[in-house]
Amino acid sequence: MDAPVIHEFDTVIVGAGGAGLYAALELAREGVPTAVLSKLYPTRSHTGAAQGGICAALGNQEEDHWEWHMFDTVKGGDYLVDQDAAEILAREAIETVIELEHLGLPFNRTEDGRIDQRRFGGHTRNYGEAPVKRACYAADRTGHMILQTLYQQCIKHDVRFFDEYAVVRLLVEEGSARGVVAYRIADGSLHVFRAKAVMLATGGYGRVFRITSNAHTLTGDGMALAYRAGIPLEDMEFYQFHPTGLAGLGVLLSEAARGEGGILLNGKGERFMERYAPTLLDLAPRDVVSRAIYNEIREGRGVDGKDYVWLDVHHLSRAVIDEKLPDITDFARIYQGVEPYTQPVGIQPTAHYAMGGIPTDVTSRVVIDDRNTVAPGLYAAGECACVSVHGANRLGTNSLLDILVFGRRAGRDMARFVRETDLPDLPADPAEPVRAELDELRSRKEGEPPAQIRRELADVMMDDVSVFRTDETLRRAQRVVGELRQRYARVRVQDSGARFNLDLLEAREVGYLLDCAEVTVTAALARQESRGGHYREDFPERDDTNWLKHSLASRTDAGPVLRYKPVTITRFTPKPRTY
Amino acid sequence: MQVNLRIQRFDPEHDTAPRWQEYQLDVDPMARVLDLLHMVKWEQDGSLTFRRSCGHGICGSDAMMINGRNRLACKIRVDQLGRKISVSPLPGLPVIKDLVVDMDGFLAKYRSVHPYLVNDQPAPERERRQSQAQRAVFDDTTKCILCGACTSSCPSFWARPGYVGPAAIVNAHRFIFDSRDEAAEERLQILSDRDGVWRCRTIFNCVDACPRGINITKAILEVSGAIVERTA
Repeated sequence: MDAPVIHEFDTVIVGAGGAGLYAALELAREGVPTAVLSKLYPTRSHTGAAQGGICAALGNQEEDHWEWHMFDTVKGGDYLVDQDAAEILAREAIETVIELEHLGLPFNRTEDGRIDQRRFGGHTRNYGEAPVKRACYAADRTGHMILQTLYQQCIKHDVRFFDEYAVVRLLVEEGSARGVVAYRIADGSLHVFRAKAVMLATGGYGRVFRITSNAHTLTGDGMALAYRAGIPLEDMEFYQFHPTGLAGLGVLLSEAARGEGGILLNGKGERFMERYAPTLLDLAPRDVVSRAIYNEIREGRGVDGKDYVWLDVHHLSRAVIDEKLPDITDFARIYQGVEPYTQPVGIQPTAHYAMGGIPTDVTSRVVIDDRNTVAPGLYAAGECACVSVHGANRLGTNSLLDILVFGRRAGRDMARFVRETDLPDLPADPAEPVRAELDELRSRKEGEPPAQIRRELADVMMDDVSVFRTDETLRRAQRVVGELRQRYARVRVQDSGARFNLDLLEAREVGYLLDCAEVTVTAALARQESRGGHYREDFPERDDTNWLKHSLASRTDAGPVLRYKPVTITRFTPKPRTY
Repeated sequence: MQVNLRIQRFDPEHDTAPRWQEYQLDVDPMARVLDLLHMVKWEQDGSLTFRRSCGHGICGSDAMMINGRNRLACKIRVDQLGRKISVSPLPGLPVIKDLVVDMDGFLAKYRSVHPYLVNDQPAPERERRQSQAQRAVFDDTTKCILCGACTSSCPSFWARPGYVGPAAIVNAHRFIFDSRDEAAEERLQILSDRDGVWRCRTIFNCVDACPRGINITKAILEVSGAIVERTA
């Protein structure tokens, strides 16, 4: 049996999307030896799929203030947002976007050469009066340009990448980070990375749902590995369904389509958002619009009585469509065979974003309990983390902002931390538990394929844990997820090879998804209220008296155990949320 | 509809040479080739190996040769291909396993053209100004997703693997023509090398192959034009 390869760095970053790359860039500028591990090539990361824009109160098009942005973020999150974090998000948005421009990001421009801005859901002027032009963008490939720009700058600064290394174990001993164990996909070898600080930036777990905008590789790896290492997961009951996924596929059509003037129509041709959000209409926050669509469909007003409605941009000029929405109109042509110049596009809500995740403070340090005790050397940022700037529902564009603001903060604080810290001792045989798991998986002769379990999991999560939830659906999901976990113990892979064994990796990923699903369902069942993306038909009102608090789910042998911690409220006291 | 899917398989742990394997599938005409590959992997043969991630043409993982042309498997439908579909790895790159190729050489060429903004002036407090017209000059080449479809479709690259290739030139173009960048000269120097832009024979395979619709040959000609202008 080959011994694992041991690497030593000051910091290890797991995941090479926007959060990981921005942290890596900060560390490279500070001269800190850093390894960036990705199970893909960095430019394949899902940051690249973000389309519509990144909000910052630059005021290039009309009056705007970061306080308005902060308010929108807090209200959009149904007041579960930690307001100290939201203030940082809205304030640092401005310098972050400017820095991105300096790093080379090719933003669309105004006539006088400044960064152009457009409207986006839930972003308003003067505390909710009307939509405001706040989203800075590069056509409808803003995320692609962010990912490219950061990767380019990392190349310029000689960042050390380990491409196609899947992290399979997080090393935490006595509450502090020691490193990670990774599986090199190319040859199946195990690698131990010993480090003073570890940052998790692994993205979300959208593949736990049947209809999703998320990449196939978004399987909750970082969240599950943290959870298994004794870190709780925060607010996992809050999962966002984006209103406009391509019907049947879930591929995202950006809110920018509505920001540029596109509208939603039901099967009868009615602009139904007039009934649900009279002020912001189609640009209401995503949870509101997704519920409206589900409601229209449920009441028989989907297209031909089916489970989708229309997104219509045909009244926009072809120049606007071609210059500002080229990719998403192409998606409609390729995947549905419709021509958006003249025809409406069938859309349905698609699982999009986890508001919850690994709890962190505003310097992206992981915190492990209701007193926000820091786990020394452990950091997290982006979708896998919960800081919490999104609360119960994230506003459009705020995820790009989150990865950049808190990715950058993670890099800066890690640079400080490693200067004050010695390289920690590794636990004995750190790779051994993983090697045993992988060997058992590879050598099992009987059992069912991982794809079957993943499919059934995605079905039950979609049917019972999506936009509408009740005690009954959640209990059913809890039972099914429990059964699937038992079946997973006997999962079998067909590929027993060492080289590029993605069969084995997919089986691991199903395990991560099951962990995320179990926590999501448990936290959703416990929360007897409706708030943001968590809507309980049996408890349709928000209940600030009992539920204005974050959930923390910790792993035990008997399943997740829930605790709660208070929400940080600074400027904006909770009010009823109407649009 | 019934489809005959032929996939080139190669597992270096067992095979001495690539072999073809056929699968009969009953599929929706609107299904993409990626869906077909998943059907095989998830329902018949878990050992079939291919890269994929986003599944909608933006991450660039699943470039492969499909019915004789380089494309993204997630961006081409069955009804565009017919009942006989043949899939093999990108040509001209070393095969690791089945449809997975070694991209390291491709990425080394990308890195060789300094694909990042260089501007050593002190950063202004706000954004650098750039007119819409200045921005439009390099818009097309910002779309590149580094999938490798263009470079591995290029006969000049097949004939001379040292050729830097269309993808690297596209990414050089993106900065050479960016009004904010100051390193055009050094990139033009790199690309005027014997393995630089002059290897392009304007065969247009790259334009055909690009899943992002980038007019790559035009970009290459603009770069070679700039080299000529500089030495004139």
